[in-house]
Amino acid sequence: MSSRQAQPRPALLDEALSFGGPIIVFDSVDLAFDEKVILRNVSFTLQTGHTKVFLGASGAGKSTILRLTLGLLKPDAGRIFVNGEQIDRMREDALMQVRADLGMVFQEGALFDSLTVRENVGYKLYEELGWPIDKADARVAEVLGFIGLGEFIDRMPSELSGGQRRRVAIARAMAAKPRILLYDEPTTGLDPITALTVDEEIIKLRDLEGVSSVLVTHQLRDAFFVAEHAASRETHDVSFEKAPKEKTDQAEFIMLKDGGILFEGSATELRDAAKDDAYIRSFLS
Amino acid sequence: MAATLQTWAKGAVLEVQEYVRLLGQVARAVVTPPIYYRDIIEQFDSIGVGSLTVVLLAGLFTGMVLALNSGMTLDQFGARSMVGRLVSASMVKELGPVLTGLMVSGRVGSGIAAEIGSMLVTDQIAALRALGTDPIRKLVVPRVLAGLLMVPLLTVLATGVGMVGGWLVTVLQFHVASSVYWSSVTQGLYMQDVWMGGIKPFFLGFTIVTIGCHVGLRTTGGTQGVGNATKLAVVASSVAVIAVDFMVTKVLIVLIY
Repeated sequence: MSSRQAQPRPALLDEALSFGGPIIVFDSVDLAFDEKVILRNVSFTLQTGHTKVFLGASGAGKSTILRLTLGLLKPDAGRIFVNGEQIDRMREDALMQVRADLGMVFQEGALFDSLTVRENVGYKLYEELGWPIDKADARVAEVLGFIGLGEFIDRMPSELSGGQRRRVAIARAMAAKPRILLYDEPTTGLDPITALTVDEEIIKLRDLEGVSSVLVTHQLRDAFFVAEHAASRETHDVSFEKAPKEKTDQAEFIMLKDGGILFEGSATELRDAAKDDAYIRSFLS
Repeated sequence: MAATLQTWAKGAVLEVQEYVRLLGQVARAVVTPPIYYRDIIEQFDSIGVGSLTVVLLAGLFTGMVLALNSGMTLDQFGARSMVGRLVSASMVKELGPVLTGLMVSGRVGSGIAAEIGSMLVTDQIAALRALGTDPIRKLVVPRVLAGLLMVPLLTVLATGVGMVGGWLVTVLQFHVASSVYWSSVTQGLYMQDVWMGGIKPFFLGFTIVTIGCHVGLRTTGGTQGVGNATKLAVVASSVAVIAVDFMVTKVLIVLIY
Protein backbone atom coordinates (compact mmCIF):
# COMPACT_ATOMS: atom_id res chain seq x y z
CA MET A 1 0.00 0.00 0.00
CA SER A 2 1.11 3.51 -0.62
CA SER A 3 0.00 6.89 0.62
CA ARG A 4 -1.04 8.53 -2.62
CA GLN A 5 -3.38 11.01 -1.00
CA ALA A 6 -4.42 14.14 -2.85
CA GLN A 7 -2.00 16.64 -1.33
CA PRO A 8 -3.38 19.93 0.07
CA ARG A 9 -2.66 22.72 -2.40
CA PRO A 10 -0.61 25.73 -1.35
CA ALA A 11 -2.89 28.59 -0.20
CA LEU A 12 -2.22 30.82 -3.22
CA LEU A 13 -2.86 28.00 -5.68
CA ASP A 14 -5.95 26.99 -3.75
CA GLU A 15 -7.26 30.52 -4.07
CA ALA A 16 -6.41 30.66 -7.77
CA LEU A 17 -8.19 27.36 -8.36
CA SER A 18 -11.27 28.15 -6.27
CA PHE A 19 -14.67 28.35 -8.03
CA GLY A 20 -14.16 29.74 -11.51
CA GLY A 21 -10.38 29.21 -11.48
CA PRO A 22 -8.63 27.29 -14.30
CA ILE A 23 -8.56 23.71 -12.99
CA ILE A 24 -7.80 22.08 -16.37
CA VAL A 25 -5.98 23.96 -19.12
CA PHE A 26 -5.07 22.63 -22.58
CA ASP A 27 -2.70 24.97 -24.42
CA SER A 28 -2.20 24.29 -28.16
CA VAL A 29 -2.15 20.52 -27.74
CA ASP A 30 -1.22 18.36 -30.74
CA LEU A 31 -1.33 14.58 -30.89
CA ALA A 32 -0.89 12.14 -33.75
CA PHE A 33 -0.54 8.37 -33.92
CA ASP A 34 1.89 7.69 -36.77
CA GLU A 35 0.41 9.57 -39.73
CA LYS A 36 -3.06 9.97 -38.22
CA VAL A 37 -3.67 13.35 -36.60
CA ILE A 38 -5.89 12.96 -33.52
CA LEU A 39 -5.78 16.48 -32.04
CA ARG A 40 -4.58 19.65 -33.73
CA ASN A 41 -3.90 22.85 -31.77
CA VAL A 42 -6.56 22.16 -29.13
CA SER A 43 -6.84 24.79 -26.39
CA PHE A 44 -9.52 25.16 -23.73
CA THR A 45 -9.90 25.90 -20.02
CA LEU A 46 -12.20 24.13 -17.57
CA GLN A 47 -13.05 26.36 -14.66
CA THR A 48 -13.48 24.96 -11.18
CA GLY A 49 -17.07 23.83 -10.53
CA HIS A 50 -17.98 24.09 -14.22
CA THR A 51 -18.74 21.38 -16.78
CA LYS A 52 -17.09 20.98 -20.15
CA VAL A 53 -19.05 18.84 -22.62
CA PHE A 54 -17.16 17.43 -25.61
CA LEU A 55 -19.22 16.51 -28.65
CA GLY A 56 -18.10 15.09 -31.94
CA ALA A 57 -18.24 12.10 -34.22
CA SER A 58 -16.55 8.82 -33.32
CA GLY A 59 -12.80 9.16 -33.74
CA ALA A 60 -12.89 12.95 -33.38
CA GLY A 61 -10.52 12.79 -30.40
CA LYS A 62 -13.00 13.23 -27.54
CA SER A 63 -11.87 10.30 -25.39
CA THR A 64 -8.24 11.15 -26.18
CA ILE A 65 -8.70 14.47 -24.36
CA LEU A 66 -9.71 12.58 -21.20
CA ARG A 67 -6.71 10.26 -21.50
CA LEU A 68 -4.41 13.25 -21.95
CA THR A 69 -5.94 14.89 -18.89
CA LEU A 70 -5.22 11.78 -16.85
CA GLY A 71 -1.69 11.51 -18.25
CA LEU A 72 -2.48 8.12 -19.81
CA LEU A 73 -1.24 9.64 -23.09
CA LYS A 74 1.38 12.32 -23.70
CA PRO A 75 0.84 15.10 -26.26
CA ASP A 76 3.29 15.59 -29.12
CA ALA A 77 3.21 19.36 -28.54
CA GLY A 78 1.48 21.86 -26.29
CA ARG A 79 0.97 22.09 -22.55
CA ILE A 80 -1.59 20.56 -20.21
CA PHE A 81 -2.22 21.84 -16.68
CA VAL A 82 -4.34 19.93 -14.18
CA ASN A 83 -4.94 21.29 -10.71
CA GLY A 84 -2.11 23.78 -11.18
CA GLU A 85 0.45 21.15 -12.24
CA GLN A 86 1.92 20.89 -15.72
CA ILE A 87 1.45 17.21 -16.56
CA ASP A 88 2.37 16.89 -20.22
CA ARG A 89 5.98 15.88 -19.51
CA MET A 90 5.46 14.48 -16.04
CA ARG A 91 6.86 11.07 -15.04
CA GLU A 92 4.42 8.26 -14.25
CA ASP A 93 5.26 8.34 -10.51
CA ALA A 94 4.51 12.05 -10.25
CA LEU A 95 1.34 11.62 -12.31
CA MET A 96 -0.01 9.23 -9.67
CA GLN A 97 -0.11 12.21 -7.30
CA VAL A 98 -2.06 14.29 -9.83
CA ARG A 99 -4.46 11.40 -10.46
CA ALA A 100 -5.23 11.28 -6.74
CA ASP A 101 -7.48 14.29 -7.35
CA LEU A 102 -9.06 12.95 -10.54
CA GLY A 103 -11.74 10.37 -11.08
CA MET A 104 -12.66 8.81 -14.40
CA VAL A 105 -15.72 6.92 -15.54
CA PHE A 106 -14.72 4.78 -18.51
CA GLN A 107 -16.89 3.64 -21.40
CA GLU A 108 -18.71 0.46 -20.31
CA GLY A 109 -17.55 1.19 -16.74
CA ALA A 110 -14.28 -0.81 -16.87
CA LEU A 111 -15.10 -2.37 -13.50
CA PHE A 112 -12.62 -4.97 -12.23
CA ASP A 113 -14.52 -8.15 -13.00
CA SER A 114 -12.80 -10.26 -10.33
CA LEU A 115 -13.82 -7.85 -7.54
CA THR A 116 -17.21 -7.26 -5.90
CA VAL A 117 -19.02 -3.94 -6.11
CA ARG A 118 -17.68 -3.09 -2.63
CA GLU A 119 -14.09 -3.85 -3.66
CA ASN A 120 -14.47 -1.96 -6.93
CA VAL A 121 -15.90 1.15 -5.33
CA GLY A 122 -13.45 1.08 -2.44
CA TYR A 123 -10.45 0.04 -4.55
CA LYS A 124 -8.59 3.32 -4.22
CA LEU A 125 -9.39 3.62 -0.52
CA TYR A 126 -8.34 0.07 0.37
CA GLU A 127 -5.40 -0.36 -2.01
CA GLU A 128 -3.90 3.07 -2.62
CA LEU A 129 -4.88 5.41 0.18
CA GLY A 130 -4.60 2.84 2.95
CA TRP A 131 -7.75 3.96 4.73
CA PRO A 132 -8.72 1.91 7.82
CA ILE A 133 -11.22 -0.78 6.78
CA ASP A 134 -14.07 0.68 8.87
CA LYS A 135 -13.64 4.16 7.43
CA ALA A 136 -13.32 2.82 3.86
CA ASP A 137 -16.39 0.58 4.30
CA ALA A 138 -18.40 3.54 5.57
CA ARG A 139 -17.36 5.67 2.57
CA VAL A 140 -18.21 2.83 0.15
CA ALA A 141 -21.66 2.48 1.73
CA GLU A 142 -22.09 6.27 1.55
CA VAL A 143 -21.26 6.57 -2.17
CA LEU A 144 -23.32 3.51 -3.06
CA GLY A 145 -26.21 5.10 -1.15
CA PHE A 146 -25.60 8.34 -3.07
CA ILE A 147 -26.09 6.54 -6.38
CA GLY A 148 -28.89 4.35 -5.01
CA LEU A 149 -27.17 0.97 -5.31
CA GLY A 150 -26.56 0.20 -1.64
CA GLU A 151 -28.16 -3.23 -1.85
CA PHE A 152 -25.79 -4.35 -4.62
CA ILE A 153 -22.67 -3.99 -2.48
CA ASP A 154 -21.75 -7.71 -2.49
CA ARG A 155 -22.66 -8.42 -6.13
CA MET A 156 -20.09 -9.11 -8.83
CA PRO A 157 -20.01 -6.73 -11.84
CA SER A 158 -21.27 -9.55 -14.09
CA GLU A 159 -24.49 -9.62 -12.04
CA LEU A 160 -25.27 -5.95 -12.76
CA SER A 161 -27.14 -4.39 -15.67
CA GLY A 162 -25.37 -1.97 -18.02
CA GLY A 163 -26.81 1.08 -16.26
CA GLN A 164 -25.91 -0.26 -12.82
CA ARG A 165 -22.34 -0.90 -13.98
CA ARG A 166 -22.00 2.72 -15.15
CA ARG A 167 -23.37 3.97 -11.82
CA VAL A 168 -20.97 1.75 -9.88
CA ALA A 169 -18.20 3.16 -12.08
CA ILE A 170 -19.31 6.66 -11.07
CA ALA A 171 -19.30 5.58 -7.42
CA ARG A 172 -15.77 4.20 -7.83
CA ALA A 173 -14.58 7.42 -9.46
CA MET A 174 -16.07 9.61 -6.71
CA ALA A 175 -15.18 7.44 -3.70
CA ALA A 176 -11.94 9.26 -2.90
CA LYS A 177 -13.66 12.66 -3.25
CA PRO A 178 -11.73 13.95 -6.28
CA ARG A 179 -12.14 17.58 -7.33
CA ILE A 180 -12.38 16.63 -11.01
CA LEU A 181 -14.44 13.88 -12.65
CA LEU A 182 -14.01 12.77 -16.25
CA TYR A 183 -16.85 10.89 -17.95
CA ASP A 184 -16.16 8.94 -21.13
CA GLU A 185 -19.49 8.35 -22.87
CA PRO A 186 -21.21 7.32 -19.63
CA THR A 187 -24.62 6.86 -21.25
CA THR A 188 -23.71 5.25 -24.56
CA GLY A 189 -25.67 2.05 -25.12
CA LEU A 190 -28.12 2.72 -22.29
CA ASP A 191 -31.86 3.10 -22.68
CA PRO A 192 -33.15 6.69 -22.20
CA ILE A 193 -34.53 6.09 -18.71
CA THR A 194 -31.32 4.50 -17.40
CA ALA A 195 -29.28 7.19 -19.16
CA LEU A 196 -31.30 9.79 -17.28
CA THR A 197 -30.35 8.25 -13.92
CA VAL A 198 -26.67 8.45 -14.94
CA ASP A 199 -27.15 12.10 -16.03
CA GLU A 200 -28.69 12.87 -12.67
CA GLU A 201 -25.69 11.38 -10.86
CA ILE A 202 -23.40 13.67 -12.89
CA ILE A 203 -25.52 16.70 -12.00
CA LYS A 204 -25.66 15.70 -8.31
CA LEU A 205 -21.89 15.39 -8.12
CA ARG A 206 -21.42 18.77 -9.80
CA ASP A 207 -24.06 20.71 -7.86
CA LEU A 208 -24.03 19.00 -4.47
CA GLU A 209 -20.37 17.95 -4.20
CA GLY A 210 -18.80 20.82 -6.16
CA VAL A 211 -16.97 18.54 -8.57
CA SER A 212 -15.62 19.98 -11.84
CA SER A 213 -16.64 17.73 -14.74
CA VAL A 214 -15.54 16.88 -18.24
CA LEU A 215 -18.20 14.96 -20.12
CA VAL A 216 -17.44 13.27 -23.42
CA THR A 217 -20.50 12.06 -25.25
CA HIS A 218 -22.30 11.90 -28.55
CA GLN A 219 -25.66 11.60 -26.82
CA LEU A 220 -26.94 15.15 -27.29
CA ARG A 221 -30.01 14.59 -25.17
CA ASP A 222 -27.82 13.71 -22.19
CA ALA A 223 -25.38 16.54 -22.86
CA PHE A 224 -28.15 19.17 -22.89
CA PHE A 225 -29.87 17.61 -19.87
CA VAL A 226 -26.64 17.82 -17.81
CA ALA A 227 -25.98 21.38 -19.03
CA GLU A 228 -29.46 22.74 -18.46
CA HIS A 229 -30.50 21.14 -15.18
CA ALA A 230 -29.47 21.75 -11.61
CA ALA A 231 -29.76 19.59 -8.51
CA SER A 232 -30.73 20.78 -5.06
CA ARG A 233 -31.14 18.92 -1.81
CA GLU A 234 -34.19 19.39 0.35
CA THR A 235 -33.74 17.48 3.61
CA HIS A 236 -32.97 13.96 2.27
CA ASP A 237 -34.48 14.25 -1.19
CA VAL A 238 -32.62 15.56 -4.20
CA SER A 239 -34.65 17.40 -6.81
CA PHE A 240 -33.73 18.37 -10.37
CA GLU A 241 -35.05 21.42 -12.13
CA LYS A 242 -34.28 23.65 -15.10
CA ALA A 243 -31.17 25.65 -14.29
CA PRO A 244 -31.13 29.47 -14.50
CA LYS A 245 -29.08 31.07 -17.29
CA GLU A 246 -26.04 31.86 -15.13
CA LYS A 247 -25.92 28.17 -14.19
CA THR A 248 -26.33 26.85 -17.73
CA ASP A 249 -23.51 29.17 -18.82
CA GLN A 250 -21.22 27.20 -16.48
CA ALA A 251 -21.60 24.21 -18.81
CA GLU A 252 -19.57 24.85 -21.94
CA PHE A 253 -19.80 22.77 -25.08
CA ILE A 254 -16.85 22.01 -27.33
CA MET A 255 -17.46 20.34 -30.67
CA LEU A 256 -14.49 18.59 -32.21
CA LYS A 257 -14.06 17.96 -35.90
CA ASP A 258 -11.01 16.38 -37.55
CA GLY A 259 -8.95 16.86 -34.40
CA GLY A 260 -9.66 20.59 -34.07
CA ILE A 261 -12.21 22.65 -32.17
CA LEU A 262 -15.14 23.56 -34.42
CA PHE A 263 -17.26 25.25 -31.77
CA GLU A 264 -16.92 26.38 -28.16
CA GLY A 265 -19.72 27.98 -26.17
CA SER A 266 -22.87 27.48 -24.11
CA ALA A 267 -25.86 25.31 -24.96
CA THR A 268 -27.77 28.33 -26.25
CA GLU A 269 -24.83 29.43 -28.40
CA LEU A 270 -24.53 25.89 -29.76
CA ARG A 271 -28.15 25.92 -30.88
CA ASP A 272 -27.61 29.35 -32.46
CA ALA A 273 -24.46 28.14 -34.23
CA ALA A 274 -26.41 25.24 -35.73
CA LYS A 275 -28.38 27.76 -37.79
CA ASP A 276 -25.22 28.87 -39.60
CA ASP A 277 -23.06 25.74 -39.63
CA ALA A 278 -24.23 22.73 -41.61
CA TYR A 279 -22.01 20.27 -39.71
CA ILE A 280 -23.28 21.38 -36.29
CA ARG A 281 -26.80 21.39 -37.65
CA SER A 282 -26.45 17.83 -38.94
CA PHE A 283 -25.04 16.81 -35.56
CA LEU A 284 -27.86 18.38 -33.58
CA SER A 285 -30.66 17.21 -35.84
CA MET B 1 9.52 -8.52 -50.46
CA ALA B 2 12.14 -6.13 -49.06
CA ALA B 3 9.39 -3.96 -47.61
CA THR B 4 7.78 -6.98 -45.92
CA LEU B 5 11.11 -8.01 -44.46
CA GLN B 6 11.72 -4.48 -43.26
CA THR B 7 8.28 -4.32 -41.60
CA TRP B 8 8.83 -7.70 -39.97
CA ALA B 9 12.29 -6.69 -38.72
CA LYS B 10 10.96 -3.40 -37.32
CA GLY B 11 8.16 -5.28 -35.55
CA ALA B 12 10.61 -7.78 -34.09
CA VAL B 13 12.96 -5.06 -32.85
CA LEU B 14 10.02 -3.18 -31.33
CA GLU B 15 8.88 -6.33 -29.48
CA VAL B 16 12.37 -6.88 -28.08
CA GLN B 17 12.62 -3.22 -27.10
CA GLU B 18 9.27 -3.33 -25.30
CA TYR B 19 10.16 -6.61 -23.58
CA VAL B 20 13.46 -5.19 -22.32
CA ARG B 21 11.63 -2.04 -21.19
CA LEU B 22 9.17 -4.20 -19.25
CA LEU B 23 12.07 -6.02 -17.57
CA GLY B 24 13.55 -2.65 -16.56
CA GLN B 25 10.21 -1.51 -15.12
CA VAL B 26 9.86 -4.77 -13.21
CA ALA B 27 13.40 -4.49 -11.80
CA ARG B 28 12.65 -0.99 -10.55
CA ALA B 29 9.22 -1.92 -9.17
CA VAL B 30 10.59 -4.89 -7.21
CA VAL B 31 12.91 -2.71 -5.15
CA THR B 32 10.76 0.40 -4.65
CA PRO B 33 7.41 0.86 -2.90
CA PRO B 34 4.50 0.36 -3.16
CA ILE B 35 4.60 -3.44 -3.10
CA TYR B 36 1.29 -5.29 -3.24
CA TYR B 37 1.92 -8.16 -0.83
CA ARG B 38 -1.60 -9.59 -1.03
CA ASP B 39 -1.35 -9.90 -4.82
CA ILE B 40 2.05 -11.55 -4.48
CA ILE B 41 0.63 -14.17 -2.10
CA GLU B 42 -2.37 -14.70 -4.39
CA GLN B 43 -0.04 -15.30 -7.34
CA PHE B 44 2.13 -17.71 -5.35
CA ASP B 45 -1.04 -19.66 -4.71
CA SER B 46 -2.36 -19.37 -8.25
CA ILE B 47 0.90 -20.19 -10.05
CA GLY B 48 2.42 -22.53 -7.48
CA VAL B 49 -0.41 -24.46 -5.87
CA GLY B 50 -2.60 -24.15 -8.97
CA SER B 51 0.00 -25.82 -11.18
CA LEU B 52 0.79 -28.61 -8.72
CA THR B 53 -1.52 -31.29 -10.12
CA VAL B 54 -0.52 -30.92 -13.75
CA VAL B 55 3.19 -30.72 -12.92
CA LEU B 56 3.11 -33.73 -10.58
CA LEU B 57 1.21 -35.86 -13.09
CA ALA B 58 3.63 -34.88 -15.86
CA GLY B 59 6.61 -35.69 -13.61
CA LEU B 60 5.17 -39.02 -12.49
CA PHE B 61 4.43 -40.32 -15.97
CA THR B 62 7.70 -39.02 -17.37
CA GLY B 63 9.64 -40.88 -14.67
CA MET B 64 7.60 -44.01 -15.35
CA VAL B 65 8.07 -43.95 -19.11
CA LEU B 66 11.75 -43.15 -18.70
CA ALA B 67 12.19 -46.19 -16.45
CA LEU B 68 10.17 -48.31 -18.85
CA ASN B 69 12.20 -47.39 -21.94
CA SER B 70 15.62 -47.39 -20.31
CA GLY B 71 14.77 -50.60 -18.44
CA MET B 72 13.91 -52.39 -21.71
CA THR B 73 17.22 -51.31 -23.24
CA LEU B 74 19.36 -51.97 -20.18
CA ASP B 75 17.72 -55.36 -19.73
CA GLN B 76 19.34 -56.50 -22.98
CA PHE B 77 22.74 -55.99 -21.32
CA GLY B 78 21.68 -57.43 -17.98
CA ALA B 79 21.94 -53.98 -16.42
CA ARG B 80 18.39 -53.38 -15.19
CA SER B 81 19.80 -52.39 -11.80
CA MET B 82 21.15 -49.23 -13.50
CA VAL B 83 17.67 -47.85 -14.31
CA GLY B 84 17.68 -45.53 -11.28
CA ARG B 85 20.89 -43.91 -12.50
CA LEU B 86 19.35 -43.01 -15.85
CA VAL B 87 16.09 -41.83 -14.35
CA SER B 88 17.73 -39.56 -11.78
CA ALA B 89 20.29 -38.05 -14.15
CA SER B 90 17.69 -37.36 -16.84
CA MET B 91 15.03 -36.05 -14.49
CA VAL B 92 17.26 -33.83 -12.38
CA LYS B 93 19.35 -32.31 -15.14
CA GLU B 94 16.90 -31.96 -17.99
CA LEU B 95 13.43 -33.43 -17.94
CA GLY B 96 12.33 -32.08 -14.56
CA PRO B 97 13.07 -28.42 -15.35
CA VAL B 98 12.01 -28.53 -19.01
CA LEU B 99 8.79 -30.48 -18.52
CA THR B 100 7.80 -28.32 -15.57
CA GLY B 101 8.59 -25.27 -17.67
CA LEU B 102 6.47 -26.51 -20.56
CA MET B 103 3.56 -27.44 -18.28
CA VAL B 104 3.69 -24.04 -16.57
CA SER B 105 3.91 -22.33 -19.99
CA GLY B 106 0.70 -24.03 -21.07
CA ARG B 107 -1.17 -23.36 -17.88
CA VAL B 108 0.27 -20.13 -16.50
CA GLY B 109 1.75 -18.32 -19.51
CA SER B 110 -1.53 -18.52 -21.40
CA GLY B 111 -3.55 -17.60 -18.32
CA ILE B 112 -1.46 -14.51 -17.63
CA ALA B 113 -1.67 -13.32 -21.24
CA ALA B 114 -5.45 -13.91 -21.33
CA GLU B 115 -6.10 -12.20 -18.00
CA ILE B 116 -3.93 -9.15 -18.62
CA GLY B 117 -5.03 -8.96 -22.27
CA SER B 118 -8.72 -9.00 -21.26
CA MET B 119 -8.07 -6.29 -18.69
CA LEU B 120 -6.32 -4.22 -21.34
CA VAL B 121 -9.03 -4.42 -23.99
CA THR B 122 -11.80 -3.69 -21.46
CA ASP B 123 -9.96 -0.60 -20.16
CA GLN B 124 -9.38 -2.14 -16.72
CA ILE B 125 -5.64 -1.44 -17.00
CA ALA B 126 -6.37 2.20 -17.84
CA ALA B 127 -8.81 2.24 -14.90
CA LEU B 128 -6.05 0.93 -12.62
CA ARG B 129 -3.76 3.76 -13.73
CA ALA B 130 -6.57 6.29 -13.33
CA LEU B 131 -7.06 5.07 -9.77
CA GLY B 132 -3.38 5.67 -9.04
CA THR B 133 -2.12 2.09 -9.40
CA ASP B 134 0.89 1.19 -11.52
CA PRO B 135 -0.18 -1.96 -13.44
CA ILE B 136 3.43 -3.16 -13.49
CA ARG B 137 3.54 -3.21 -9.70
CA LYS B 138 0.03 -4.57 -9.26
CA LEU B 139 -0.14 -7.16 -12.05
CA VAL B 140 3.34 -7.93 -13.36
CA VAL B 141 5.60 -7.93 -10.30
CA PRO B 142 3.51 -10.44 -8.28
CA ARG B 143 3.41 -12.82 -11.26
CA VAL B 144 7.14 -12.48 -11.94
CA LEU B 145 8.03 -13.15 -8.31
CA ALA B 146 5.66 -16.11 -8.20
CA GLY B 147 7.05 -17.54 -11.44
CA LEU B 148 10.62 -16.97 -10.33
CA LEU B 149 10.19 -18.76 -7.02
CA MET B 150 7.44 -21.29 -7.62
CA VAL B 151 8.75 -22.88 -10.83
CA PRO B 152 11.94 -24.10 -9.05
CA LEU B 153 9.80 -25.54 -6.24
CA LEU B 154 7.49 -27.22 -8.73
CA THR B 155 10.54 -28.58 -10.54
CA VAL B 156 11.89 -30.15 -7.35
CA LEU B 157 8.52 -31.78 -6.74
CA ALA B 158 8.14 -32.96 -10.34
CA THR B 159 11.65 -34.41 -10.29
CA GLY B 160 10.99 -36.17 -7.00
CA VAL B 161 7.69 -37.59 -8.19
CA GLY B 162 9.36 -38.63 -11.44
CA MET B 163 11.89 -40.68 -9.49
CA VAL B 164 9.03 -42.26 -7.55
CA GLY B 165 7.37 -43.09 -10.89
CA GLY B 166 10.63 -44.67 -12.06
CA TRP B 167 10.83 -46.63 -8.82
CA LEU B 168 7.28 -47.98 -9.28
CA VAL B 169 8.05 -49.27 -12.77
CA THR B 170 11.49 -50.59 -11.84
CA VAL B 171 10.17 -52.50 -8.85
CA LEU B 172 6.87 -53.70 -10.29
CA GLN B 173 7.83 -54.29 -13.92
CA PHE B 174 11.52 -55.20 -13.73
CA HIS B 175 11.43 -56.69 -10.25
CA VAL B 176 14.48 -54.77 -9.08
CA ALA B 177 14.75 -54.32 -5.32
CA SER B 178 13.81 -50.88 -3.96
CA SER B 179 17.17 -50.48 -2.22
CA VAL B 180 19.01 -51.21 -5.47
CA TYR B 181 16.93 -48.65 -7.34
CA TRP B 182 17.41 -45.86 -4.79
CA SER B 183 21.09 -46.64 -4.43
CA SER B 184 21.41 -46.41 -8.20
CA VAL B 185 19.53 -43.08 -8.15
CA THR B 186 22.05 -41.54 -5.76
CA GLN B 187 25.03 -43.04 -7.57
CA GLY B 188 23.86 -41.47 -10.82
CA LEU B 189 23.70 -37.99 -9.36
CA TYR B 190 26.61 -35.59 -9.17
CA MET B 191 26.54 -32.28 -7.36
CA GLN B 192 26.96 -30.44 -10.66
CA ASP B 193 23.76 -32.11 -11.93
CA VAL B 194 21.88 -30.93 -8.87
CA TRP B 195 23.18 -27.40 -9.37
CA MET B 196 22.16 -27.49 -13.00
CA GLY B 197 18.69 -28.81 -12.20
CA GLY B 198 18.31 -26.26 -9.42
CA ILE B 199 19.46 -23.17 -11.29
CA LYS B 200 17.67 -23.67 -14.60
CA PRO B 201 14.09 -23.42 -13.30
CA PHE B 202 14.69 -19.87 -12.02
CA PHE B 203 15.48 -18.77 -15.58
CA LEU B 204 12.60 -20.78 -17.04
CA GLY B 205 10.05 -19.47 -14.53
CA PHE B 206 11.17 -15.88 -15.11
CA THR B 207 11.02 -16.32 -18.88
CA ILE B 208 7.53 -17.86 -18.89
CA VAL B 209 5.83 -15.21 -16.77
CA THR B 210 7.59 -12.22 -18.29
CA ILE B 211 6.62 -13.39 -21.79
CA GLY B 212 3.03 -13.96 -20.61
CA CYS B 213 2.88 -10.47 -19.10
CA HIS B 214 4.56 -8.83 -22.11
CA VAL B 215 2.20 -10.48 -24.58
CA GLY B 216 -0.81 -9.63 -22.39
CA LEU B 217 0.19 -5.98 -22.13
CA ARG B 218 0.65 -5.75 -25.92
CA THR B 219 -2.80 -7.14 -26.70
CA THR B 220 -4.79 -5.27 -29.32
CA GLY B 221 -8.05 -5.92 -31.12
CA GLY B 222 -10.75 -6.88 -28.63
CA THR B 223 -11.69 -10.43 -27.74
CA GLN B 224 -10.10 -11.84 -30.89
CA GLY B 225 -6.90 -10.12 -29.85
CA VAL B 226 -7.09 -11.78 -26.45
CA GLY B 227 -7.37 -15.18 -28.17
CA ASN B 228 -4.36 -14.39 -30.34
CA ALA B 229 -2.38 -13.16 -27.34
CA THR B 230 -3.11 -16.39 -25.46
CA LYS B 231 -1.93 -18.50 -28.39
CA LEU B 232 1.16 -16.38 -28.86
CA ALA B 233 2.03 -16.55 -25.16
CA VAL B 234 1.91 -20.36 -25.13
CA VAL B 235 3.91 -20.73 -28.33
CA ALA B 236 6.50 -18.08 -27.45
CA SER B 237 7.01 -19.19 -23.87
CA SER B 238 7.22 -22.90 -24.84
CA VAL B 239 9.86 -22.21 -27.48
CA ALA B 240 11.62 -19.86 -25.06
CA VAL B 241 11.71 -22.61 -22.41
CA ILE B 242 13.60 -24.90 -24.78
CA ALA B 243 15.88 -22.12 -26.02
CA VAL B 244 16.65 -20.74 -22.56
CA ASP B 245 17.23 -24.29 -21.32
CA PHE B 246 19.85 -24.76 -24.03
CA MET B 247 21.57 -21.45 -23.34
CA VAL B 248 21.62 -21.85 -19.57
CA THR B 249 22.88 -25.44 -19.93
CA LYS B 250 25.68 -24.23 -22.21
CA VAL B 251 26.73 -21.54 -19.73
CA LEU B 252 26.48 -23.83 -16.71
CA ILE B 253 28.57 -26.53 -18.37
CA VAL B 254 31.33 -23.95 -18.76
CA LEU B 255 30.92 -22.62 -15.23
CA ILE B 256 30.39 -25.67 -13.03
CA TYR B 257 31.62 -28.79 -14.82
